[in-house]
Amino acid sequence: MPVLIFLDQSDNTIKKTTPEVITYGAKLAAQLGTTAEGILLGTISDDVASLGKYGVTRIHHVSDPSLNHPDGQVYTKIIAKVAGDIGAKVIVFSNNLHGKAIAPRLSARLRAGLVAGAVALPDTSAGFTVKKNVFSGKAFANVSVNTEMKIISVNPNSFQVEATGGSAEVVAVNISPESPKTKVVSVNKIQGEIPLSEAERVVSAGRGLKGPENWKMIEELAAVLHAATACSRAVADAGWRPHHEHVGQTGLAIAPNLYMAIGISGAIQHLAGVNRSKVIVVINKDPEAPFFKAADYGIVGDAFEVVPKLIEAAKAL
Amino acid sequence: MKILVCISKTPDTTAKIAFTDNNTKFAEAGVQWIINPYDEWYALVRAIELKEKDSSVVIHLITVGGPDTEPIIRKALALGGDEAYRVNATGHDSFYISSQIAEIAKQGNYDLIFTGKETIDYNSSSVGGMVAELLDLPFVSLATKFDLNGTTATIVREIEGGEETVESSLPLVVSCQKGMAEQRIPNMKGIMGARTKPLKVTEPVNVEPLTSIKTFETPPPKSGVKLVSADNPAELIRLLREEAKVI
Repeated sequence: MPVLIFLDQSDNTIKKTTPEVITYGAKLAAQLGTTAEGILLGTISDDVASLGKYGVTRIHHVSDPSLNHPDGQVYTKIIAKVAGDIGAKVIVFSNNLHGKAIAPRLSARLRAGLVAGAVALPDTSAGFTVKKNVFSGKAFANVSVNTEMKIISVNPNSFQVEATGGSAEVVAVNISPESPKTKVVSVNKIQGEIPLSEAERVVSAGRGLKGPENWKMIEELAAVLHAATACSRAVADAGWRPHHEHVGQTGLAIAPNLYMAIGISGAIQHLAGVNRSKVIVVINKDPEAPFFKAADYGIVGDAFEVVPKLIEAAKAL
Repeated sequence: MKILVCISKTPDTTAKIAFTDNNTKFAEAGVQWIINPYDEWYALVRAIELKEKDSSVVIHLITVGGPDTEPIIRKALALGGDEAYRVNATGHDSFYISSQIAEIAKQGNYDLIFTGKETIDYNSSSVGGMVAELLDLPFVSLATKFDLNGTTATIVREIEGGEETVESSLPLVVSCQKGMAEQRIPNMKGIMGARTKPLKVTEPVNVEPLTSIKTFETPPPKSGVKLVSADNPAELIRLLREEAKVI
């Protein structure tokens, strides 16, 4: 009864969240005394067998180009079939955009209890209980899965990747996928930028920047720190920055290793989207800004003076 | 054209999050309840905009909850729904809730089912996908734009690092987020009209929840901020590299 891990890909390459979910699935398999296997859909230009170094022993690969673009309905049927064939009792996803489109469908299809947004390995000492984020990062719930078949979607960047060496056996699976009911007409990826949801470092700014013309220094600081840029809701609503940069309760919730907030006061709705970040840095000229209470490091100062100096110091690293 | 909009009652975004009964229950005392913002601002308002363009559009609302959800249903009706269903049941298991919605949806023959991208309390982002699977319909998640041309829907959805445009025939399930529409305030005519709009209460179908919440935890408080002088930002960069090891 192996643990089955969904190996997410995009543009023929393995996604960055995949090693994290493999590590999670492999540790869970060890805990349950079984093996970790993977399922990969679509044609891949990366070395698939090398994913074994994160702990997956066998990878079931349906190498069909019609699967290069994930369709929830089509993927669900294939994953359900492979899970049934190998007798998997736990299926692991990343709780990323693909995971959110597929895992709930699979849960309903297999009547498998789903924990979406897991942040830790299950407690299997009595039953099967998984800790997940609730109340937009302000609390956790310990969720008991009451079905024999279980699905866990792991929140991105909540689990340390471990590579122990080793190579996975890749098994070609022959399934003819049905044709999807939805058709992708166009894809518009922002080239050259780090996607916010996958970024390890994020530099974010708010109304304290006074206007969109002042974002140049934010972009420059982000570039030297290899960080993505983000903004507060007020800034996105004012049209200073694109909506996809809005982080917070009603925008994107992120959990980077470093979140640097410049000129953002730290309203509770903003904190809800970023409080899972490992290290929070706040730069604000108001020493009473509530964000300082949630911060690890801070500078009380004027962003227009502090940020250029930060850029110089970071460049000197 | 019939649209079913799924709405959920959630604590206000500024509500204090605390728990009672040995951390097994959310502390509801003093909490203001609202329509889940994604359900209201994006799913419901976009449905209303479609109705404003084509008066033959009918909007039904559904919530799964006890009598205490009726104020938020009336508010949603004041914004613009035609009639509402309340399935008289409580619970937090997404499959249980989805099964109740799917049951009503089956009877109503809807062309479109809208949900918010997730609720701001349980954050599972699961109901749309589950309802779609239970009805064997396509599901487009995390939509930022939605347009109809006859019976073909064109949807822009978020993908990692950008967006894509998808076409789908109806019926269809869509989860909605920022970009779909703008928040509205109900007007007096809407509020008065909502009082007499039909709100049908139905009893739940018998479905076993697949999961249950055992306990809640709140995150440990931060140990306190380490302040660096504004005259020496280089010290911050040094700490981030040498102490926090994040750059």
